[in-house]
Amino acid sequence: MAEKSDVPQGTLALMVLKTLDLLGPLHGFGIARRIEQISGDALAVNQGTLYPLLLKLEHEGAIASDWGTSENNRRARFYRLTRAGRKQLQTETGDWERTAAIVARFFAARTEDWS
Amino acid sequence: MRSLRRFAARLANLVTGRRHDQRLLEEMEQHLALQTAENLRAGMPSSEAHRQAALKFGAIGAIRERHREEQSLPFFENLLFDLRYAARMLLRTPGFSLTAIVILALGVGATTAIYTVIDATLLHPLPYPNPSELVRVEDNLPGVGAQHVGISVPEWRDLASSGIFQSVAIAGQGANVNLTGASQPLRLSFKQVTPSYFAVLGVGAQLGRTFNPRDNTPGYNLEVVVSDGLWRREFGADPHIIGKALLLDNDQYQVVGVMPRGFRDQGSTSDEQNVDLWLGAGFAGVPFAPPSRSYRHQSRIVIGRLNPGLSVPAAQARLNALVESLKKQYPADYPVQTAWAVRLIPLSETVVGGIRQLLFLLFGAVALVLLISCVNVANLLLAKASVRAREIAVRQALGAQRRRLIRQLLTEVLLLFLLGGIAGFAVLFSTQHYLVRLIPPSLPHENDIAIGWGVLAFALAVSGAAGVIFGLAPAWLMSRVDLIGTLRQEGRGSSGSRERSHLRHLLVVSELALSLVLMVAACLLLRSFWHLFQVQPGFNPERVMAVQTWLPGPNDPTTDPYQTPAQESVLLREILRRCRTLPGVEDVAIGDEAALPLGHSSPARLPLLREGIETMDNQAPVIDSPTVSPEYFPLLGMPLLRGSLFTDRDRDDTPQVAVINQAAARTYWPNQDPLGKRVRLRLDTRGLAGPATPVWTTIIGVIADARTESLADAAIPLIYRSSYQHAAKDLAIFLRGHLDPSALPAQVRQQVQAIDPTLPVFHAQTLREILSDSLSVRRFSMELVAFFAATALLLAGLGIYGTISYIVSEQRRDIAIRLALGAQRGKILNMVLRRGLVLAAAGAGIGLVGALLVARLMAGLLFGVSPADLPTFAAVTLVLTAVTLAASYIPALRAMRVDPITTLHSQ
Repeated sequence: MAEKSDVPQGTLALMVLKTLDLLGPLHGFGIARRIEQISGDALAVNQGTLYPLLLKLEHEGAIASDWGTSENNRRARFYRLTRAGRKQLQTETGDWERTAAIVARFFAARTEDWS
Repeated sequence: MRSLRRFAARLANLVTGRRHDQRLLEEMEQHLALQTAENLRAGMPSSEAHRQAALKFGAIGAIRERHREEQSLPFFENLLFDLRYAARMLLRTPGFSLTAIVILALGVGATTAIYTVIDATLLHPLPYPNPSELVRVEDNLPGVGAQHVGISVPEWRDLASSGIFQSVAIAGQGANVNLTGASQPLRLSFKQVTPSYFAVLGVGAQLGRTFNPRDNTPGYNLEVVVSDGLWRREFGADPHIIGKALLLDNDQYQVVGVMPRGFRDQGSTSDEQNVDLWLGAGFAGVPFAPPSRSYRHQSRIVIGRLNPGLSVPAAQARLNALVESLKKQYPADYPVQTAWAVRLIPLSETVVGGIRQLLFLLFGAVALVLLISCVNVANLLLAKASVRAREIAVRQALGAQRRRLIRQLLTEVLLLFLLGGIAGFAVLFSTQHYLVRLIPPSLPHENDIAIGWGVLAFALAVSGAAGVIFGLAPAWLMSRVDLIGTLRQEGRGSSGSRERSHLRHLLVVSELALSLVLMVAACLLLRSFWHLFQVQPGFNPERVMAVQTWLPGPNDPTTDPYQTPAQESVLLREILRRCRTLPGVEDVAIGDEAALPLGHSSPARLPLLREGIETMDNQAPVIDSPTVSPEYFPLLGMPLLRGSLFTDRDRDDTPQVAVINQAAARTYWPNQDPLGKRVRLRLDTRGLAGPATPVWTTIIGVIADARTESLADAAIPLIYRSSYQHAAKDLAIFLRGHLDPSALPAQVRQQVQAIDPTLPVFHAQTLREILSDSLSVRRFSMELVAFFAATALLLAGLGIYGTISYIVSEQRRDIAIRLALGAQRGKILNMVLRRGLVLAAAGAGIGLVGALLVARLMAGLLFGVSPADLPTFAAVTLVLTAVTLAASYIPALRAMRVDPITTLHSQ
C-alpha cells in the first residue's frame, strides 16, 4: 500500500469547494466519496474531519445547506456553493496555482541557473 | 480586532453550541449509516461493514471535542458547568447553605452598613468642585493658650492678596434671623459671609446670581441668597423671586439668587448644613466694628481655596513667611509673647473632625464581625469537607485534575459568599429607611447617607474577596484526599483530616480571640457611656425645659428696640413675670444660647483682659462667656462657693459684675482670691453700639464647676455676666416645675408674643432631652459595638459548638472503646469539656493581647475608665469561658452517652 500523505492546512476546504463547484449540491457522504475517488485513496484523512469543516465553511458563508433526499431516499443535508464561496474558490485556486508554479520553477531549476 | 470578533463568535456559540453539536452528531451518524450500507452492498458481513465504516471515519468523540474547543470558550463553559454543579450541591444541603448564607449576610450586611456611613462622611465630605483645594484658616495665639481667636479684617485682606489663595472668605457660623411678614415670625438659620464665599466653594446659583466677589461694601450689602429648600417651602418655588425684598430682623434685603437643590453649606452638623439664607457682608462697617488688626472676629470661620497645584504644606510655608513679615510690620498689634500663628487645615478634616476616630472604631469592629463570620463559614466548609472526601476521592480516581477540582470547589465557595453578600445587601436595602433613623442627626452629612450602586459594588467586592481568601484553604485541603485510604475506609481517617482539624482549631481560636477583642471594646465603651450617664453634671436638669427666642438685630442699631441692656431688660423682666404665671411653673430664668447647658453648638468666646496683666485683645486668652438672669444659678442648682450672685438690682448704670466658675478662678487667678478682681471682655467695646470707653467688670462670685459645656470635661473656664447688663439676641427661657412638655411651648409663645408679636418661639426641649442628645453619637457607637460584640460572641459560640461536635463524632469509636474498657462517663465528659477549655484559653490569650492594643488605640473615646481596665478584661474573659463551656457541654453530653455496643458494632 502506498504511503498516504497528510493534507496541508486549508487544502481540504479547497477540495470541498472545488468538488461542489464541479458536481453541484451534494450531501456530506457524497463529498467525502468524491474526494476519496479523485485523490485516488492517497489521502490520509479521516472522513469524520470533513463535518466540522463543512460546519465552519457554512458559518463563513462559503457554502449553504438545505434538506434534500439522497439517492436511496433518505433525508440528508445537501451542501451547495454560494456566490461568496465561488469567489473564494477562484481566489484560492489562483493563489494555489501561483504557489505551485513558483515551487515547480524551483524544482525545474538546474545548477547553471544558480550561478 | 480579529481576535475580538472570534471571541464574540465563540461567546455566541456558548448559546448556540449545543445546536451545532447536535447537528454535527446527526450528520456523522448519517454518514456512518451510508458508509455501512455501501459496505454491505460490497458484500461485507454486517458487523465488519460497521467496523470498517467507523475506522474510515475516525473517532467521533475526539472530532466533536476538538470542534467544540475550537468553537467555544472552555473557561466560560467550565464556569457555567461549575456554577450549575455548585448550585446543585448547595441545594442538596439546604441547612448548611442557609446557615452559611445567613452568617455571611450578617457579616457583609453590617460591614456594608458602616461603609455606607463612611462613604458619605469620610470619603465624600465636601460636595464642592476640587475639594482638595479647600482649607480652613485658623488663627491661634499659642503664647497665651488661645485657639480659634478669629481673624481681623486687615488680616483677611492680607490673605486675599497674598497670592496663596484663589479666594478667601469669612463666614459667620450658623445663626438665627427672624423673617417677619409671614403669618408666624419665622426663625431661619442664616450665615453672614463675605461676598467671596461662593467663589471659594465654587458653586453658582440655579436662579439669579451669587454675590459679586469684588463687592467691597463694608457692612451688609443688603443682598441675600436663599436655599432651594426655603425657596420651595416659603415661596412656592416662585420663578420671579429675584429682586424681591425680604424683611429680615427688620431690615430689607433683596433676593439676588437661589442656590441649586443639592447645595449644602459646609460644616459638620446638620444645623450648619441646613443654612437657608446667606447675607453678604464686608465685616468692616456698621453694624460691625471698624477694621482694625486688634479687632478679631471671634466665632467666625475663615475658609479659602488654594491656588491650583499648591499643596497644603507648601501653602502653609508661604503663609508662615507672610505671618512673620506682618509681625515685623505691625509689632504693636502682634505682641511677641502671644506668638500669633495662622494654620491651614484641609476643610474635609474640619468637617469630619472628631467623628473620624469613632467611625474608624466602628469600621474596625464591623470588620472583625465580618472576619469572624468568614472564619465561621470556613469552619463549616471544613466540616463539610470530611463528608465529601469520598465524593472527591471518586472524582479524582476517575481522572479529575486537582486544579480542576480546586476550581470547582472554589466556585462553590464563591457562590456561597456572593449569595451571602447579596442577601446582606438586600436586607440592608429593604430596611434602609428604618436604619437611617437610628443614625444620630449630629453625625456629619447624615442627610447624604444613601444605599446605592456603589454600596452594592462594595458588598459584592467584599464578599468576593472574602470568598477567595476563606475559600482557598478549605478547597485546597479538600482536594488533598488520600485516594486509596478514603475509598477503602469509606471516608474515615483520610490523610487530610489531621491538617483539617489543625486548621479548624486555628479558626476557632482566632474566632474566640477576635470576639474577645470586640467584647472588650464594647465593654469599655459601655462603661464610658455609663460613667458619662451617671456623672454628676453639676447642675440639676430635672423638671427643666428650655424654650428659645430670637430678638431682631437690625443693621442700624438706632432702630433696634432692644439696643441697650436697659431696653432689653424691660422685655426680659416682662417675659419672666408672665412665664411665672403659667400653670405648673415654679421658677423661670433667662439666659443667652451659650447658657443653654450642652445645647449650644458654638460657645461665645471673648478675649479676657485681666486688670494689670493684658492690655489689648490680641494678647488675651479667650473665655466662654454666657449671660444669665439672677434666677439662673438657683434654678439649675449650681451652688455658689464664694461671694455673691447677680441680683435684680443689677442694671446698665450700676457697676458691671461677673460670676466665674472654679475652673476660671484656678486658671486665671491661681493662688489668689478672684473676688473683687477686675476684667474687661472685648465685646464691651462692641462696634458703634457700645460705650466709647470700655468699662471694668468686677468679679463678685465663684460658683462650683458644672459640666455645662461638655459632659466629658468638668473644668472649662467660664465667666457669666448679667442679662440685665449685657444685651443678647439669642435667648433661652428656662422653666422649672411640673410642666407639660406638649402644652408649654404654645403657652410660652403666647406670652412672649403678647409682649412683642414679631418674636419667634422655637426649640422647646427638656434639659433631659438636651443632655441625652449630647450623648447620641456616643450612644449610637456604643450600641453598635455592643451589637457587633454580641454577634461575634454568638458566632464564636457556634464555632466552638461545631468544632467540639465534630471532634466528638470523629472520636466516637475511641470513646466507645474507652467506655467498653470501663472508663467512667464523668471522665469522658471532662475530657471533652477540657478540649473546649484549651481552645478557649488559647483564644483568650491571643485575644487579651489584641484587646490591650485596641483599647489603647481607642483611649480617646473612653471616659472614666482606663484602657487596661482590669475588671472589664476579667469579666469578658469569664464570659467567653462560660460561653465556651456551654457550647461544649452539649457535644460533651452526647459523648458521654455514647453506647459502646451499638457504636462498635456499626463500624
